[in-house]
Amino acid sequence: MDNTQIQTIERESRIKKTVREVLRYLFLAIWGILVLFPFYWMVLTSVKSYSSYNSEYVPKFFTLSPTLQNYIQAFTAVPLARYFFNTLIFTLVTTGLMMIVIIFAAFAFARLDFKGKDIVFSMFLSLMMIPNELVIITNFVTITNLDLRNTYLGLILPSVTSVFYIYLLKENFELIPEELYKAAKVDGTSDMRYLFKVMIPISKPTLVTITILKVIECWNSYVWPRLITDDKNFFLVSNGIQEIRENGFGRENVPAMMAAVVVISLPLVVLFLIFRKKIMEGVARGGTKG
Amino acid sequence: MKIVLEHLTKRFPNRNKKIKDEVIAVSDFNFTIPDGKLVGLLGPSGCGKSTALNLICGLEKPTEGKIYFEDLDVTDLEPEKRGVGLVFQNYALYPHLTVRENIRFPLENLRGENKLTREVMEEKVLEAARLVQIDELLDRKPNEMSGGQQQRVAIARALVKMPKVLLLDEPLSNLDARLRLQTREEIKRIQTETGITTVFVTHDQEEAMSISDIIVVMKDGVLQQMGKPQEIYDEPINLFVAKFLGTPQINVFEGYIRDEKAYIGDAVVMDAKGAGDGDVYVAVRPEGFIVDENGPLACNFINREVMGRDTSVIASNEHFLGENIRAIIPSEEEVVPVEGCVRFSLKPHKVRLFDKIIEERIRTES
Amino acid sequence: MKKNLTAWLCLLPALAFLLVFMVYPLVDVFVYSFEEGYNFASQSYFGVGLYNYDYVLHDPYFIQALKNTFIIVIITVPLSTGIALFISLELSNIKALRDFFQTVYFLPYVTNTLAVGLVFMILFKKTPYSDGLVNILIQLFGGKGVDFIDGPYWAKMFVMCFYTIWIVMPFKILILTSALASVNPMYYKAAKVDDTPPFRVFYKITLPMISPMVFYLVITGFIGAFKAYSDEVALFGTDLNAAGMNTIVGYVYDMLYGNSGGYPSYASAAALILFAIVFTITTINLMVSRKTVFYS
Repeated sequence: MDNTQIQTIERESRIKKTVREVLRYLFLAIWGILVLFPFYWMVLTSVKSYSSYNSEYVPKFFTLSPTLQNYIQAFTAVPLARYFFNTLIFTLVTTGLMMIVIIFAAFAFARLDFKGKDIVFSMFLSLMMIPNELVIITNFVTITNLDLRNTYLGLILPSVTSVFYIYLLKENFELIPEELYKAAKVDGTSDMRYLFKVMIPISKPTLVTITILKVIECWNSYVWPRLITDDKNFFLVSNGIQEIRENGFGRENVPAMMAAVVVISLPLVVLFLIFRKKIMEGVARGGTKG
Repeated sequence: MKIVLEHLTKRFPNRNKKIKDEVIAVSDFNFTIPDGKLVGLLGPSGCGKSTALNLICGLEKPTEGKIYFEDLDVTDLEPEKRGVGLVFQNYALYPHLTVRENIRFPLENLRGENKLTREVMEEKVLEAARLVQIDELLDRKPNEMSGGQQQRVAIARALVKMPKVLLLDEPLSNLDARLRLQTREEIKRIQTETGITTVFVTHDQEEAMSISDIIVVMKDGVLQQMGKPQEIYDEPINLFVAKFLGTPQINVFEGYIRDEKAYIGDAVVMDAKGAGDGDVYVAVRPEGFIVDENGPLACNFINREVMGRDTSVIASNEHFLGENIRAIIPSEEEVVPVEGCVRFSLKPHKVRLFDKIIEERIRTES
Repeated sequence: MKKNLTAWLCLLPALAFLLVFMVYPLVDVFVYSFEEGYNFASQSYFGVGLYNYDYVLHDPYFIQALKNTFIIVIITVPLSTGIALFISLELSNIKALRDFFQTVYFLPYVTNTLAVGLVFMILFKKTPYSDGLVNILIQLFGGKGVDFIDGPYWAKMFVMCFYTIWIVMPFKILILTSALASVNPMYYKAAKVDDTPPFRVFYKITLPMISPMVFYLVITGFIGAFKAYSDEVALFGTDLNAAGMNTIVGYVYDMLYGNSGGYPSYASAAALILFAIVFTITTINLMVSRKTVFYS
């Protein structure tokens, strides 16, 4: 092979490579648009005025006269603030309680020795396979019988334990070297002090991940709240949005609906943008949706 | 503080639950660690030396036997009540705390009348840090330091409560060769300065020999020999101890005793006055060989490794147990193999005889 | 002894909640499913037997739900896994903008499915004021518009599957990109030195290496798709039976609560049928995987 031959081959492969690269980015960009477009559309529609939206037979892709009127209406015509507040309470209390419950349970499994530990733990594990759909029926009856329908307690109670998160946290606790515990014992550290001063700080990344995942789960939960609440005063945002869609703003007021959707989606999108790395890592480590 | 172990025994249930037999980690230990000494607990891995250490510090409770600190029976005392400091192979520093917070951690556990003020704690932390010479690094996190520095922090943390006994579990094993040398001198210095009775566990005989006042050799949970390093090296009581101490390893030949003379094959290698006839192992320290054209022990010359200070002669002999004989001779001496054969005579004080069946030392009159 | 006590105290909350809200319901759901003629108001029943199962299996709404669920499973699981694999491969081949694309692609995971479903509905719906954006696009390319939300069954099913795939994609892409990233680059270098063609690299190196993760996605994909429900509500409203778009889980909830609710026995029977289906499919999946998945 002489030099010119090599040059031709090199040029050809370079062209081929460039074409492949362009196609690749084109494809990825198309999927990106497919993902982002609904978000764009919801923001766009939410700032169009009711009249201009309804007069557009062919919807415009931008608007020159954005208005916040729809947002005002979303908060005044329907109790969106109430839904928001309910969801906030539900999310914070459920997540908080769950963290306490799972930290202690994982601590017992990972660090303490007690009779029957293996049996109890394998029973815990087998519960992981039980789908929520199977137990929700009785829980519905239980909560109804306890007169806890349309209360925060009824909303919160069934979701303050997660076998999966106990398992995840236990695994994480067990990564802490045995020697740390021995060293602490020799220094006279009590089990509880060891938990709070050593195990929890060391496992902070995992705890944060679990917290975020649980917050997402709570914020988006729909089925249980739907079953357990029919009083609008206890609706969460998901039920609220369904309510708005079905009997919301009188006539179909799409822009106002979209304004409500934007308001509801915003907190999690912001949370995601802040904790992007943590959330994605956490989910990749074995989080599942809902 | 003097530590006395009396019939100390620790048995574990077998990991394989089908086997009923228990594993004996420590078997009937009887010895006294004198006050203020640095004692090396030496043995191959799995010989129960770490268990012995855990028994002394109280992380494990003995199955039988007693432990005394001076005259106080501490057998059933919790670790924190014994006044011991413990250092681990992997340092066991709390990764989320700074060096200062790590060293302070044990002090913060003190409650009631022993509770210390912030200032006193700070003072004690500084004192301990200065002792191990890390007072410059107090605000670093463990992962920002070298292994040697981390180990010093661990020692400082163990010392900050002024324990009466310091226990070190393989403190040097995670360090690279250079740091290991440095840190072991450091441990010796700290021990001498504080005068705390110190027990450290190691599988490295060189490490044990170099800094211990007293070495305790263990095998399979059983105490083999206890004594000063040189004593144990020179006068091992059995073949195991002889082989375990010293690098390169002691050279072991199959031999026998006839008429108070020790033979390897047909060669009379030394006098064995007072020893009865029978099969023996003849064990020769590498430095016990003299290259001698008229020497009794003929070996096939294989190779020569020049180390600078001295030279290793690699040779073989049909009565030798194992791969090759390794003899160390001063580098000035020439080795001239004749027809592939090199002859040695042996220095009698570097040769030890062991009974072939029970592998115990056969004493000879000299 | 003291240690035992501490441990049990630590476990107590978790145990209590699990007992009340998981173990007891699990037993109870079987009991319900065999109690015939259970009356929710008086909490009484008049017989024990298989009637509830019989009723559910002959209920046209359940048959419709079963059919819908199976169509969703069969279409969305392979399609979403395949597309996700393709996207992840392309992602792992680029350097610039990779982080950006990954972030964008993950966005649907953190959004409220009910909320975004509403946007999809707006995009696909035909109203008196507007044909909706999607229909206008179809007309632009010379096609005939159709109401995807209130129109023919196939159109509704199309939006349904489209939305389901849109929703499950972030998780799959994330799992697959991290699986791809964990393949040791050494193998690719070795393949390059041997001048292995890209297709061969994919089939002989990449795919076997990530097969456990692909398989994990297939299993969880099946399970997830069989439990489809809230995406349907998001698009077609709460009265899924009327829309003819109900799913098995939807059927369970409808039996429990709502306009046609108050029948926990039927709900239990339907839930157990669903569980049996999911269990069977997962078992088959596991058996297939044992033969095809490479575990290092």
